Amino acid sequence: MEITVNINGTDHTADVEPRLLLVDHIRTGAGLTGTHIGCDTTSCGVCTVLVDGTPVKSCTMLAVQADGRSVTTVEGLKTADGLHPVQQAFSDEHGLQCGFCTPAMMLVGAALIDENPAPSDDEVRWAISGNLCRCTGYMNIVKAIQSAAAAAASSNGDS
Amino acid sequence: MLPAQFDYVAASSVEEAIAAKAEGGDETRFLAGGQSLLPMMKLRFATPSKLVDINRIAGLDAIEHHNGHLRVGALVRHADIAASDAVSGAVASAAPWISDPLVRNLGTLCGSVAHCDPEGDWNSVLLATGADVIAQGPSGSRSIAIGDFVQDFFTNSLNDDEMVTAVHIPVPSGRSGGSYQKLERKVGDYATVGVAAHLELAADGTISAAGVAMTSVAPINRKATEAEALLVGNAPTAELFAEAGAAAAAAADPRDDVRGSARWKRQVVAAFTGRALAAAAEQAQA
Amino acid sequence: MTDTTTTPPEIGGIGHSVKRVEDARLIEGQGNFLDDIVLPGMLHMALVRSPVAHARINGIDTEAATAVDGVLAVVTGELMDQHGLAWMPTLSGDTQAVLATDKVRYQGQEVAAVIATDPYAAADGAELVDVDYEMLDAITTPQQSLADGAALIRDEKEGQTDNLAYTWETGDEAATDAAFAAADRVVSLTTHYPRSHPSPLETCGIVADVNSVTGQATIYMTSQAPHAHRTLFALVAGLPEQNIRIVSPDIGGGFGNKVPIYPGYVVATAASLLIGQPVKWVETRTGNLISTGFGRDYYMTGELALTNEGRIQAMRVDMLSDQGAFYSDAQPTRYRAGLFHVCTGSYDFPHAHIKCRGAFTNKAPGGVAYRCSFRITEASYLIERLMQTAADELGIDPAELRLRNFIQPEQFPYETATGFVYDSGDYPTALRKALDAAGYDELRAEQAAARAEGRLVGIGIAHFTEAVGAGPAHTYDIAGLKMIDSAELRVHPTGKAILKLGVKTQGQGHETTFAQIVAEETGIPATDIKVIHGDTDDTPYGLGTYASRSTPVGGAATAMVARKIADKARHIAAHLLEAAPEDIERDADKFHVAGSPDQAVSIQDAAFAAYTNLPEGMEYGLEDVTYYNPPNLTFPYGSYVVVVDVDPETGVWKVRRMVALDDCGVRINPMIVEGQIHGGLTEGFAMSSMQWITFDDDGNCIGSNFMDYLVPTAWETPRFELLETVTPSPHHPIGAKGIGESATVGSPAAFVNAVVDALAHLGVRNIDMPVLPDRVWEAIDSAGG
Repeated sequence: MEITVNINGTDHTADVEPRLLLVDHIRTGAGLTGTHIGCDTTSCGVCTVLVDGTPVKSCTMLAVQADGRSVTTVEGLKTADGLHPVQQAFSDEHGLQCGFCTPAMMLVGAALIDENPAPSDDEVRWAISGNLCRCTGYMNIVKAIQSAAAAAASSNGDS
Repeated sequence: MLPAQFDYVAASSVEEAIAAKAEGGDETRFLAGGQSLLPMMKLRFATPSKLVDINRIAGLDAIEHHNGHLRVGALVRHADIAASDAVSGAVASAAPWISDPLVRNLGTLCGSVAHCDPEGDWNSVLLATGADVIAQGPSGSRSIAIGDFVQDFFTNSLNDDEMVTAVHIPVPSGRSGGSYQKLERKVGDYATVGVAAHLELAADGTISAAGVAMTSVAPINRKATEAEALLVGNAPTAELFAEAGAAAAAAADPRDDVRGSARWKRQVVAAFTGRALAAAAEQAQA
Repeated sequence: MTDTTTTPPEIGGIGHSVKRVEDARLIEGQGNFLDDIVLPGMLHMALVRSPVAHARINGIDTEAATAVDGVLAVVTGELMDQHGLAWMPTLSGDTQAVLATDKVRYQGQEVAAVIATDPYAAADGAELVDVDYEMLDAITTPQQSLADGAALIRDEKEGQTDNLAYTWETGDEAATDAAFAAADRVVSLTTHYPRSHPSPLETCGIVADVNSVTGQATIYMTSQAPHAHRTLFALVAGLPEQNIRIVSPDIGGGFGNKVPIYPGYVVATAASLLIGQPVKWVETRTGNLISTGFGRDYYMTGELALTNEGRIQAMRVDMLSDQGAFYSDAQPTRYRAGLFHVCTGSYDFPHAHIKCRGAFTNKAPGGVAYRCSFRITEASYLIERLMQTAADELGIDPAELRLRNFIQPEQFPYETATGFVYDSGDYPTALRKALDAAGYDELRAEQAAARAEGRLVGIGIAHFTEAVGAGPAHTYDIAGLKMIDSAELRVHPTGKAILKLGVKTQGQGHETTFAQIVAEETGIPATDIKVIHGDTDDTPYGLGTYASRSTPVGGAATAMVARKIADKARHIAAHLLEAAPEDIERDADKFHVAGSPDQAVSIQDAAFAAYTNLPEGMEYGLEDVTYYNPPNLTFPYGSYVVVVDVDPETGVWKVRRMVALDDCGVRINPMIVEGQIHGGLTEGFAMSSMQWITFDDDGNCIGSNFMDYLVPTAWETPRFELLETVTPSPHHPIGAKGIGESATVGSPAAFVNAVVDALAHLGVRNIDMPVLPDRVWEAIDSAGG
């Protein structure tokens, strides 16, 4: 069936099988490979994208369910103004090693700081607990998200 | 791991959804949050011929108080419940412990209830609080007591042409409290042991109503009726809660598995029943 | 933090926490992981795996699968056999089935492969391959496997009459036995280090592109060791090595899982060769967990002979390893149990004897060094658990017992009872510093008070010594290939450089840290150096990245090649400054005449001159290559202290604090080093608390997906407090020792010791990993606590 999914501000129209997973539509259909696949059981969260601003696991949503909706992937985080604060903070705080879980972690972090401008260590850990990382032990991911929140808050304060 | 082929229809009303399911036959399934169904389809443990997507039906996403109960619509996500000011007691206590934060953004309470996975948390909460499941079919709606709804391992009492549209959870007028205690190995895991407790207090401070139900320690979510009977009419004390815990442990029927020994799980049921009741009493007394 | 920098931040040499070069692409979703690779005409492969652990194959019906829309071919073992590829050698000298022809020997074994135009069609086809299995009893433990009358698992293997995979022993048995006979006290511990799995978040995969016209085979694969894999492909598939190009792109974590060659790689390559189109295969998570290289699975009995004062006299170990159906440990040829003989740990005693048997079972093969330098994790765990046991049995504080037995700083280089020569260390300082940071004395006081109130608090210590950086060519090889490594450095006329490595990052940050080594040695700013790795057509030979060998071997090669470049630049500088080369000194970023700092030229000036203005007789250009054969291993160590609170009602334990002191010698990039430690500690916590693979009696794998194989989230993972001491390796060019695995090696014993310590007063001496709450509660309950 024909669907139109707005991905990072651009409409992607395609004729898809109902069984096509959203993650495959993003990766293969739209050619945006920053969204990854890490498990078969909705456990690891490396496929996380924002659907209408809410983080979900795109391996556990059908592409047809996203018809008419807006999806943000890691490729959509950067704006004309530059990197999103979470992107900058992940690099500054060494919040990534192999980088496989990073797009997902950053999207969850971005959604969190939209809602909570100063999350505590526990609040960040709770928010990212649907996403696995094998490299960092989460220490610097938590630090990066908190630091991004602080940066976002101070730049909002400036403007 | 990718799902097999199926037909798909997105319904725009409950009536349309019910009709589409009836038309599709036995192998048709409703798709709400999809957080249990889609993983099973990817593993090809489930191969429905048709999915009826109810996510585009308006009006099913409300949590509201109505005639002495809390009505949770079919498209209310776990995260909505966790964030809602309208919920309290065992419901509020359980919501943050359902699966993981991302699954909670899509998964629904009603879907979980209908799934009847004995390792699912909500049915224990509903058993403890005495909730009703609202099912709509071609000839209208009916209310099914949760105890009658949960039939067996992954089996509910819905007719093939019925859809769960809401769950009604009673909201006591007097003092009440509730709690859900869950032992999980990690976030996202099913309960190793879960205990839901609900208490209502009479004017004199004694327990006027009690609900205790358990997750993952029986073939289906199980109400600890002996424990409940022990509680009613008595003053809420640590000794009483310990007795109720022992009764709940006796009512549990856990298995030895990779999560732990049956003997230990009974012990956890006893401990968690005591803790859940203590938390419920504290809330009711506040 | 110890400041070891000699260069200014703009040069970014050793000791600077330079931000990672890798990050720019990864934070924008522009990484290039295996599954991101799309080639024109690329086909997709899905594997059909055995649902049972042990069965004879009576036939495979591929008709229905072949009929699926989009399916081009179904490959079976019979077809592979026609090309001599039904079996392949393992890294331990055994053979392993590529696609099963006779029997399946473990659940998840590869039986057939479906090649289709898209992954969904391939999955549909795989569902329809109908295999006729004749069930055989499964052997699921090495004890069953070696029992009299056990069925023969490897009945295809010539000369194999039982299920014994290997035997191995080392040390002086007679001297050890004599020491035990004379000892005041003997303590022993029997424990199982359970099967675990590296499970990187990116599974294994390949895109095989074999051009049938040119014979060129371009193979993109998730490889920690691309050069070794190229040679093995040449040897196994008979392809000419010059026509094989292995490209290992961005890797989503390896941890040892991406060291072996797996059947899927071979089948996809064969399919591409036969069909003439590129073939992609990306493992499912289940495929990864049930068939690819696991770690550990050692049954160990260790004993210490001690004096009444707690001085260790000797150590004796008897082990049984569960190898699965094929012996495919990835480890140096000479050592059948890896470097397990480092099990004498950080302690000074004269005698040890170790013997080990390995058994075949109906389980997946593997035995990879999961974030570990070849069985060192098991070894470190055993000695550090034994130290806890000895402390409890002798009534000596576990910290004090370690201090009484440590190898002392002045004893280095120190030869252990099993023949390792430890390079450097100051163990007492490290332990005392960690204990002070944890507030050890206060914790012991609190523990006593808590016990009086019925609360359970435990304090666990582990002081580990690792042997990493394999290794010297006289001792270490894999499949005959000496474990050397290499670096090639090219400095362009403008002074910018390209560094090419034989090792391959999987997230460790080589593109940043190896540039820092060059910056340190040449003065070229790290940001001016591009690091290339992973493409065998474009990099010098090396054995790859695992066993913490990148910095000890590849890092040394980098330092050495940079020194060659710096030396040539010095000669060029002398020419430019019209001085004698021996009068030229190098600062962080320039060359100057001794005693005249104003008479200077930069490395950039020298680089330009290398192509424009050379002294007579010197060859043009500024590039070189070094193959580094390390003189010894390096021996990082650390002292870890864990504090836990145990709930006596449920057995649930929570880490209150985790203090980790690591000494990995000189830290090239402290930020990255700390990141490595955080990750390693998390995997140690995971193994000690929840992460294991077990099997039911029929050989069904429990732990075949991330619902059952538990990888901790941020919520369960403890917070870590890091400390350091810096004791350089005297034989490494920059004094570095390697850090990637220390924390995984050292921390499990600290976590388990903490829980056991909480229960020690009840008489509890051991709980096997994972320390599940039911095991804790059962231990309390049976101790009458």
